[in-house]
Amino acid sequence: MFKSLVLYLKNADPLIQMSAVAIVLTLIGIVVALTYYKKWGWLWREWITTVDHKKIGIMYLICALLMLFRGGVDALLMRTQLAFPGMNFLDAQHYNEIFTTHGTIMILFVAMPMLFAMMNIAVPLQIGARDVAFPFLNAVSFWLFFFGALLFNLSFVLGGSPDAGWVSYPPLAELSHSPGPGINYYVLSLQISGIGSIATGINFIVTILKMRAPGMTLMRMPLFTWSVLASCIVIIFAFPALTVALALLGLDRIAGTHFFTMLHGGNPMMYVNLFWIWGHPEVYIAILPVYGIFSEIVSTFSKKYIFGYKSMVISLMLISVIGYFVWVHHFFTMGAGPGVNSFFAVASMAVGIPTGVKVFNWLFTMFRGRIRLTLPMLWTLAFIPCFAIGGATGVMLAAAPGDYQFHNSYVVIAHFHQTLIGGAVFGLLAGMYYWWPKMFGFKLNETLGKWAFWFFNIGFYVCFMPQYALGLMGMTRRVYTYPAATGWGTLNFVSTIGAYLMGIGFLFIVVQVLYSIRYGERDMTGDPWDGRTLEWSLPSPVPYYNFAQIPTVNGRDAWWEMKQQRKEYSLSSTKELKPIHMPNNSSLPFFMGLAFFVAGFGLVFNQFMIATVGLIGVVVCMLWRSLEKDTGHWISVDEIKQMEAS
Amino acid sequence: MVEATGSPISNQQSFEHGMEEEEKHILGFWIFLATDLVLFACLFATYLVLRTHTDGGPTEAQLFDIPMFTLETFILLTSSFTCGLAVREMRNGHLGRLMGWLAVTILLGLAFVGIEVNEFLSYSLEGATMQRSAFLSGFFTLVGTHGLHVSLGIVWMISVGIQLMRDRIQPTTARKLFNAGLYWHFLDVVWVMIYTVVYLMGVMK
Ligand code: HEM
Ligand SMILES: [Cu+2]
Repeated sequence: MFKSLVLYLKNADPLIQMSAVAIVLTLIGIVVALTYYKKWGWLWREWITTVDHKKIGIMYLICALLMLFRGGVDALLMRTQLAFPGMNFLDAQHYNEIFTTHGTIMILFVAMPMLFAMMNIAVPLQIGARDVAFPFLNAVSFWLFFFGALLFNLSFVLGGSPDAGWVSYPPLAELSHSPGPGINYYVLSLQISGIGSIATGINFIVTILKMRAPGMTLMRMPLFTWSVLASCIVIIFAFPALTVALALLGLDRIAGTHFFTMLHGGNPMMYVNLFWIWGHPEVYIAILPVYGIFSEIVSTFSKKYIFGYKSMVISLMLISVIGYFVWVHHFFTMGAGPGVNSFFAVASMAVGIPTGVKVFNWLFTMFRGRIRLTLPMLWTLAFIPCFAIGGATGVMLAAAPGDYQFHNSYVVIAHFHQTLIGGAVFGLLAGMYYWWPKMFGFKLNETLGKWAFWFFNIGFYVCFMPQYALGLMGMTRRVYTYPAATGWGTLNFVSTIGAYLMGIGFLFIVVQVLYSIRYGERDMTGDPWDGRTLEWSLPSPVPYYNFAQIPTVNGRDAWWEMKQQRKEYSLSSTKELKPIHMPNNSSLPFFMGLAFFVAGFGLVFNQFMIATVGLIGVVVCMLWRSLEKDTGHWISVDEIKQMEAS
Repeated sequence: MVEATGSPISNQQSFEHGMEEEEKHILGFWIFLATDLVLFACLFATYLVLRTHTDGGPTEAQLFDIPMFTLETFILLTSSFTCGLAVREMRNGHLGRLMGWLAVTILLGLAFVGIEVNEFLSYSLEGATMQRSAFLSGFFTLVGTHGLHVSLGIVWMISVGIQLMRDRIQPTTARKLFNAGLYWHFLDVVWVMIYTVVYLMGVMK
């Protein structure tokens, strides 16, 4: 094993060798720093074994930002390769690997964890709960995501990255066409993190349905919480399809079955269906919470109740249902016949209607509001035109005959980046800025944030608008180079400049965070934005039991109501404090993730001994948990008083 | 099935539905079962698409052995019944009888898995392995996934049994037994679908 590894690294591309060295050096650096500052114990007690939803949210956020960096570097490498005709910066194989890892990472290891970060940080606080329904399971979900992402990134230096696109269609992704461990990495890392996502979905549905503070009826729930509920419902119905698609592809590759092969009766179309039964709902899983974030932000920074609360809720639910019936629009050109295509075309266009309702509601909320142009609000405003254009081109693509023209061209690339960046990335950044003071107790510097904002936004249009034109000129996606005679050179060059502008925008965010850690404005009140929902009634950062006393809710925008009625919301004075019951920290989630990682790693390289050890580890962890008597602990009234006073 | 026992509501709600904490676990478990159902639905769909893709290899009718799969069905249905009895005894507070029925359920589960392993082995020895054709890939995966679920269910019931001996009947153990029971009935329902769609439809052709 190790011999072949050394051999592989010796023969690898210099780019890979350099990264391998960089990774080893960074790891050594981290280990040395932790040892020098004696931080191992702290890391273990405060973070790795934590079951606190706020800390888990922060860990998701950090990982998502790191992965955004990795995916962004991939994007810049690709755009560099495409900047001029006939470039030979990356070869074809390398280009294939990079667009595959870029797409996979952006969707599964950036958008999803970023969303889970927001959910974890805000939902329990918004509904007045002490924690999520299953804190232990929440930690398990995080570690499954973490080790899944780790396994995926390992592919970059060990054995070769997946190269069949983020959709990994067979037969391209079969052993016959993609030998080597690349696709195995894809299958197993997505499988591991996917299990974690299902668990998160279950966890938050129960949290929202069962743990709301007294008085918070469903129709008094903040819209972000509603959107998370909608998203989680989609998760539990969509992710099992991914589980099956990946399991069957994995069996084909590892056990030699014939689900999707070209021989012995396999049927590749079955994979394509299963994949998109998950894949399309997946984009709504990422986008629905973003709608919720925008609703919170628009109403907070316009100082108004959201316009059309009920229609907002209904449209969320409609999107989550219709979003499940559109998957065939990803393969209109693969011969499903006019009847099927028409059904799915109409369904795809219908999704636009509830989305339109939401956009108008946001605009009406802003109308005659007292708008404050803070960073969260800026990103929200930028989202609206971006998403409107993306939506319009989406309807173009949803028309099946049109899709025969646009299919697999750069029109598609421009469209989905517009909706994914304009929707998911803008929204998640807005949410990050919005809840940052709640998470860390200080605000991020607005000036640096505005630089980031403008670089990113201008860069965005410079990068993706030319791609619509390129698509119509016939440039297809996933080509690693093109001859000068095509005339695509200029537009591609412009597009690459845009990509670099976005890269600079990202660097500004990094600088902004580093600068603000030292100099950022501290948030003493806990309510820096003059917020409306319950999370702003708490000090920042929030004590680990959240609410010293569970609040009673009398209407929508509960905290705003309380402020209006000048009810001094001083917790200790109103009612008697009672001891609080909290769950214990546990190292099992970490070890469970590790066991899954070992099993996955073994399967990637067909090392069944290692895989068996990992799987036994998983079962042992589960049994351990089942037999363990963990009844949590109590926080005494004195301790609460101390925490609340400080 | 469990809920349909004639005892009064207050009695039925006594243990596992008693505390808020246990309520959450039961709701969570129901949602988990929904995800598992989607998983099986996808496997069924795949099987139905591939069942005729035998690539000249053995077909359903040539493989399936009517007495065998009927016996399997009988055993699993019975185990579901005994599992229901175990939950009923839990509600009546009879730990001893509960453990007895739980043991019977586990033994029946083991018998089921044993027959299935035997079935898989004999097919493989005839050359009907999951690598032989798409149909067989689909068959082994669908039925095998169910079998794996049953095996996990057995391990879980053993664990719950140990906890019941250790902690007796109290809200946590009661909830765990209730959820394990739900899981067991769910697997029974899935098996009835396998029995119909895979085996009966397979031999009827
Ligand atoms: C930050 C700026 C970004 C740039 C410059 C960029 C650039 C690119 C490029 C050049 C490709 C390859 C096109 C091809 O050759 O077919 C690509 C593919 C893709 N990108 Fe991005 N991207 C960016 C951000 C994102 C984000 C935020 C997401 C998702 C949340 C995303 C998702 C994808 C997906 C799914 C693919 C398709 C990969 C495949 O074909 O398998 N990208 N991107
Ligand atoms: Cu779609």
